[in-house]
Amino acid sequence: MVIKCPFCGPRADVEFVYGGAAGLTCPPDDAGDTAMTDYLYRRENPIGPHRELWVHRHGCGIWIEVERNTLNHVITRTGPVGETR
Amino acid sequence: MRRPTKEDVGALIDPHTTLDFTFDGKQMTGFQGDTVASALLANGIDLVARSFKYHRPRGIVSAASEEPSALMTVRIDGLEEPNTRATQALLQDGMAVQSQNRWPSLEVDVFGVLNSASAFLPSGFYYKTFMAPSRAWPFYEWVIRHIAGLGKVPAEPPTGRYERTFAHCDVLVAGGGAAGLVAALSAGRAGARVIIAEEQSHLGLGLLPETGTIDGMKPWDWVGKVVAELTSMPNVRVLRATTVVGLYDHNMVTLAERLPALNTAEAQPRQRLWKLRPREIVLAIGSIERPVLFENNDRPGVMLASAIEAYADRFNVLAGRRAVVATSHDGGSLTALRLKKHGIDIAAVVDSRNAISADVAAALKAQDIRCVTGADVVAATGRRHVNGVRVRLRSGDVDMDIDCDLVALAGGWSPNVHLFAHTRASLGYDADLGAFVPGEAPLHVHSAGACHGVFGLADAIRDGLTAGHNAIAACGLTPADVVMPDITGGHEFQPRPPVGLPQGLNQNRVFVDLQNDVTVADIHLATRENYGAVEHLKRYTTLGMGTDQGKLGNLNGLAVLADIRGVEVGDLGTTTYRPPYTPITFASVIGGDKGEQNHPTRRNAAHRLHAEANAHWVNAGLWKRPQFYPQAGESDLEAVNREVLSVRACAGIVDVSTLGKIDVQGPDAIELLERVYMNGFRTLPVGKGRYGVMLRDDGMIFDDGVTMRIGETHFIMSTTTGQIQQVVEHLTRMLATECRNLDVFVTNVTESWFSCALAGPDARRVLKGVTEGIDLSPTALPFMGCAEGVVAGLPARLFRISFSGELSYEINVPSDCGTALWKRLLAHGADLGLKVYGVESMGVMRVEKGYFVVGREADGRVTPDDLGLGRMASKKKSYIGSAALNLPALKEPGRRQLVGLVPVAPGIKVPRGATIVEKGVHEGGAPPIGHVTSQVFSPCLGHGVALALVAGGRARMGEHLTAASPLEGGDVVVEVVDPVFIDPKGERLNE
Repeated sequence: MVIKCPFCGPRADVEFVYGGAAGLTCPPDDAGDTAMTDYLYRRENPIGPHRELWVHRHGCGIWIEVERNTLNHVITRTGPVGETR
Repeated sequence: MRRPTKEDVGALIDPHTTLDFTFDGKQMTGFQGDTVASALLANGIDLVARSFKYHRPRGIVSAASEEPSALMTVRIDGLEEPNTRATQALLQDGMAVQSQNRWPSLEVDVFGVLNSASAFLPSGFYYKTFMAPSRAWPFYEWVIRHIAGLGKVPAEPPTGRYERTFAHCDVLVAGGGAAGLVAALSAGRAGARVIIAEEQSHLGLGLLPETGTIDGMKPWDWVGKVVAELTSMPNVRVLRATTVVGLYDHNMVTLAERLPALNTAEAQPRQRLWKLRPREIVLAIGSIERPVLFENNDRPGVMLASAIEAYADRFNVLAGRRAVVATSHDGGSLTALRLKKHGIDIAAVVDSRNAISADVAAALKAQDIRCVTGADVVAATGRRHVNGVRVRLRSGDVDMDIDCDLVALAGGWSPNVHLFAHTRASLGYDADLGAFVPGEAPLHVHSAGACHGVFGLADAIRDGLTAGHNAIAACGLTPADVVMPDITGGHEFQPRPPVGLPQGLNQNRVFVDLQNDVTVADIHLATRENYGAVEHLKRYTTLGMGTDQGKLGNLNGLAVLADIRGVEVGDLGTTTYRPPYTPITFASVIGGDKGEQNHPTRRNAAHRLHAEANAHWVNAGLWKRPQFYPQAGESDLEAVNREVLSVRACAGIVDVSTLGKIDVQGPDAIELLERVYMNGFRTLPVGKGRYGVMLRDDGMIFDDGVTMRIGETHFIMSTTTGQIQQVVEHLTRMLATECRNLDVFVTNVTESWFSCALAGPDARRVLKGVTEGIDLSPTALPFMGCAEGVVAGLPARLFRISFSGELSYEINVPSDCGTALWKRLLAHGADLGLKVYGVESMGVMRVEKGYFVVGREADGRVTPDDLGLGRMASKKKSYIGSAALNLPALKEPGRRQLVGLVPVAPGIKVPRGATIVEKGVHEGGAPPIGHVTSQVFSPCLGHGVALALVAGGRARMGEHLTAASPLEGGDVVVEVVDPVFIDPKGERLNE
């Protein structure tokens, strides 16, 4: 894959490290077991567009957000975290 | 046999340069430019292999990478490569070529007896037959593997260089035939950066047999002109003997290049694997001729018609004297006419169709070539080599025998869709061609010519120009002025639908896939046993597996299957095409990444000094760290014991530069620390440090270390050696997501500092003599205090922290001052008994103190409470992991907890990695209740000590358990004790 880092431009995927789904927030301490378990262990695993975090480890070192189609790896958008929506 | 040299034939050989080689030990000669296959044919060798399963005699079938049979072990200059396709390997002087899968020899192969038993050895035979007893399977497998198979892996690693290389270009043209050449030409003239890769060692070989003219030139001369222009362009790179082997996501393409001079020692690599990222890809990889199915269609002497012609055209080699052409389209007859011109007698053209084109019929007649229409070749005769064919008219059961020593298979042409299919784009079935063609093209991929289903010279060239034009436009370049050349003569290409198999064949002798010995009978069997879906068929019969991946056999196999199931081939679909298109060597995948180049080696500032002190090295991540410093005559354990006792009695220094150091600065720095550490940092005064533990989201321990507050908004955080990258990214991730409003900068400063720990009861006395501007008294610089000043004449940060349990100072100086600090400390401390110690000795002391280590005790499955740190976790704040700590599973009483273990009997070690079970009950398999995480010999206590995680361990103090370790030689009874073995009150480190 080629991922377009919003800070460095298009780079090979080997420069990046995957960081899981974007937009998840840890529930508060008193949210209860179900909410906590959902957050920790249940993911959408969608077929199609997926918003996710990557860090440009062998580049600028900055976390970015990527929208990638899980079916064919077509990347529709990349940008700084929180700004691709 | 080789014809006497004539000027206009043998385009690729130089008959003036003779090369010596051996085949199975027999001395032979060939010419410069020969392939191994053409040289063998020139020497009259027809039997070149024994088949995979039945050990049937096999000959050369093709002239390219689709070859299923002629796989050889080729040895030159100490390099041995098995399963080399003789049709692709260039002959070299001194080459030793050996046939495979035969014993004792090709001619007399004892396993050939399997052939007569082949009716009893259908697909799945081994698995059905050798079911019982199941424990005998390893023996059966050993026997079967000795009988079946291809070449053997050489015992020695390959000599010479293999290389990986990376490149970019605007347009990659895969295939250097007519379509590929014009696509590359138009892209090159438009100024695009072009790479054109051709699998054969020459471009445009497919145009050799063409009879018409291009722009008034012979087609082969036109090829020469185009190649000369391409070669002269600085923006075009021509790669010969280079196969495009894989298309991957986002235009990643891999190419396997075979360098011509295989034996040029070190000067250039033998093979090169290209990883290429073109903007646009033009696929022009042509088509593959389909074999015709009949009994014994695998006999040496049965070859693709196009291959017979190729050997004559390119190498001046005639594969036989008298040929029968088996075909079902006009192309077969046209090939027959050209073969006759080359000097091969044509015994007959056998065409399954009832009628052929009038002009072709007339041409055959003019050459006095017999043409049998409405008939099929139903069998080849001859045991070791074809000596004739049996022909049966479709109108009746009239058989006739025709003598010949060569059978030319011309079953039609299949577009080569392998690379297109790597993109996962769909294929369509073209009923006229009887083959699959590319469907809708994915972005950036342009097919052209025969692989696009566009046949015939003029049409292919037109298609190549279109593809080139589209690729250039997609690159945003202005297409250059390349006009369609003027083409005369040649024949119109006529597609032909496949014709069903003739009736009444012995299906056990009709080979669909030569490399895997898959017959028509096997496909029938698979269907009967409900493996009639294409993917099932492939796995059950191995049809289409092996080094050729069914390039010749797949479509015929699908046609047979469709016939059995009464459906169209197009409705069956195909199996998934996966890279690589042709096999590539592991050596080329590895390239230079081996031995010392496998990964970088990191050496810290004082590396040379450690080496001079006879350090024994240990790898920590990519770092080399001194493990201990053995003296003459000392065992490893003696060296470690000496170092530990010396530190505990006097003082020692250890290099801790590799520990991660992160500079955290900014008005909100404290807020970040509060969020990532489970314990509080808000009350930490400037000039003091605090030990902190980080958790993951799920409540498990992630990392630990001391963070010093060296300014109101300035902190130095330390991390485990192997985790620095992860911790930095953990922090930056927080700052990019939930803590994005915080004003903090996080910088990895590990490599900017050289750090060593000076530890031992005499540490202060040693330090005092070399320190300026820092008050070292316990009140001014207490445990967990920090100060800046000058140590040994160097600017230094002094942290009073300890990993040994002794009074200890971590001295940090800029990296380039590291060697000076190390030398000056040792010089100054020599009289006071200061010695160096390594990380092994440091590890012994930390186990004696019961300190946990990330990766050992904290293995990603332990909570703070498991390690006895439950009370350290703040109750006043929310931090990463705090919510998860409330989950019931993390509070279960039976969780494994950190304890110490000592052997009950004197003088025994606790076995490494032992499983803990209840004492005495493990015979017969008691459930494990824990495991040893670290074990050392404690020189201070004089016996072995261990740290372990044991279920409910803290409530088991004084209990006797068994540490079971079959690997380390048995069981040891241990007593559960407190994990802090030395100085439990911490008096020494607070001194």
